[in-house]
Amino acid sequence: MRVTQGTFSFLPELTDEQIKRQIEYCLDKGWAVAIEYTDDPHPRNTFWEMYGAPMFDLRDAAGIIQELAACRKTFPQYYVRVTAFDSTHGVESITLAFIVNRPANEPGFRLVRQEEPGRTVRYTIESYAVAAKPEGARY
Amino acid sequence: MGAVENIQITDAKRRYSAGVLKYAQMGYWDGDYEPKETDLLALFRITPQEGVDPVEAAAAVAGESSTATWTVVWTDRLTACDMYRAKAYRVEPVPNQSGQYFCYVAYDLSLFEEGSIANLTASIIGNVFSFKPLKAARLEDMRLPVAYVKTFRGPPTGIIVERERLDKYGRPLLGATVKPKLGLSGRNYGRVVYEALKGGLDFTKDDENINSQPFMHWRDRFLYCMEGVYRASAASGEVKGHYLNITAGTMEEMYRRAELARELGSVVMMVDLIIGWTAIQSISNWARENDMILHMHRAGHGTYTRQKSHGVSFRVVAKWLRLAGVDHLHAGTAVGKLEGDPMTVQGYYNICRDAKTEIDLPRGIFFEQDWGALRKVMPVASGGIHAAQMHQLLDLFGDDVVLQFGGGTIGHPMGIQAGAEANRVALETMVLARNEGRDIRNEGLEILRTAAKSCQPLRAALDTWGKVSFNYTSTDTSDFVPTASVA
Repeated sequence: MRVTQGTFSFLPELTDEQIKRQIEYCLDKGWAVAIEYTDDPHPRNTFWEMYGAPMFDLRDAAGIIQELAACRKTFPQYYVRVTAFDSTHGVESITLAFIVNRPANEPGFRLVRQEEPGRTVRYTIESYAVAAKPEGARY
Repeated sequence: MGAVENIQITDAKRRYSAGVLKYAQMGYWDGDYEPKETDLLALFRITPQEGVDPVEAAAAVAGESSTATWTVVWTDRLTACDMYRAKAYRVEPVPNQSGQYFCYVAYDLSLFEEGSIANLTASIIGNVFSFKPLKAARLEDMRLPVAYVKTFRGPPTGIIVERERLDKYGRPLLGATVKPKLGLSGRNYGRVVYEALKGGLDFTKDDENINSQPFMHWRDRFLYCMEGVYRASAASGEVKGHYLNITAGTMEEMYRRAELARELGSVVMMVDLIIGWTAIQSISNWARENDMILHMHRAGHGTYTRQKSHGVSFRVVAKWLRLAGVDHLHAGTAVGKLEGDPMTVQGYYNICRDAKTEIDLPRGIFFEQDWGALRKVMPVASGGIHAAQMHQLLDLFGDDVVLQFGGGTIGHPMGIQAGAEANRVALETMVLARNEGRDIRNEGLEILRTAAKSCQPLRAALDTWGKVSFNYTSTDTSDFVPTASVA
């Protein structure tokens, strides 16, 4: 399967040039770019690890691409995403988030059904990779 | 418009003698009135009967929507009646519409109960729309003072928190309404939900009139839909949702349905506008307490919003709904099958999403509106839209919108999953291109055709619907710009 979280997961993997243009768009808007990584891609796993703090003061796309390259080198089999943060009042949240690195093999998720009275089902989504191995050894 | 009979009678003895006076004489017209920051302001479009002076008609609107009755009553003198009287303060002819006038009315804050749309509407649209001296009346816009806005809780979730819960940023959300809207069994209905979500949509949706009919009882619908939602979520690693319509005959039954939606782990539920203002505010409170996104389908609004001469403009309904507290609101497509000229529709979107709405006559916004940090409503574009319009939709509405392709997903020649995939690929392609600085308004179709080379479902969608447009002139248009159609 393919985890399709993020803004551009239905497109072919973005090239570094394409990633750079998206980062430039974010910087032009005044947003802060950040890099995050994880080996737990559960849809409710909000808090991926931060590859450093959001780069509020780095306003150069080439510099951010270098950071990204370093992150990918350290975590080649992790999910890595680029996020942009808008601190404007009334937003103060993420405004773009797209996956830029993913493991070669994505085993996906198991749907666990806990059956209850009245045909009600309580659903749990469980990552095969997370269930099989501890953090850091999953992909 | 300053005739003697339009001047308020200030001599108390004459003013309160039993009998009939003109509304202006009773004090409902004051051409020199300067609205206070805390006043509620309303703009009516009125068409007085032949021979009725527009100023007197405006005064009658102010009177009948506040304290007046048809004759003088001495009991006014037991109150601070000058303050309670609404005041028409400006009347001007509508451009290029003979016989129609814009009349501005100011209402003191103390006329209204806090946090009650029912009370607001009972005053502002309670009596006056049936008033005989007017052939027609339409409430065009309102300015709600921040002091009044802050008595409402507003959207239970809002755009920002909705995106954080769904983990979806930087692009419009995608949805589809299950079709046919009536007749499918729960099992077949859930199939459509699963296929559409697995194919790439974020949401699927019950239609306005799907409740608990003989072909599918509501529990069945909820159970099969949530099976589809969670299966698709597991297949994609994304949060997905289905707007479970909980509209029912009584509040007790709506709460019962909402409870099951929550138990099954749904992130969103929906109600129809026809449940009424009090029910909307109650269910909004429930949604806030239970972390549920509340989708509003504006079923029925066309009966009073569409005609320009009479009724209530949708921009006013949108303002009331933002106060009452809904998270999603159908606000038109401009390019689809349902009524709405592009700039007027953009005006509705701005009302949903602005922190402060500025005066914008071409978009039908007559008043500045400070929303006092009230959360923002996610507008929904639904009805006769398809993948080949993606560039127009993104250009018109930006990122904070749910684009709903019902027929444009389910009617895809390669099946529902392919239809969903075509829409998602078209959307992501267009967002990517826009962010790269491409001129999507003019190059949009070319951008889609290029993307379709590596996406067969998108190619099939463009082949099937690429030339479909609904290019009719709209009924409800701005009075301040030449009416443009989309194409």
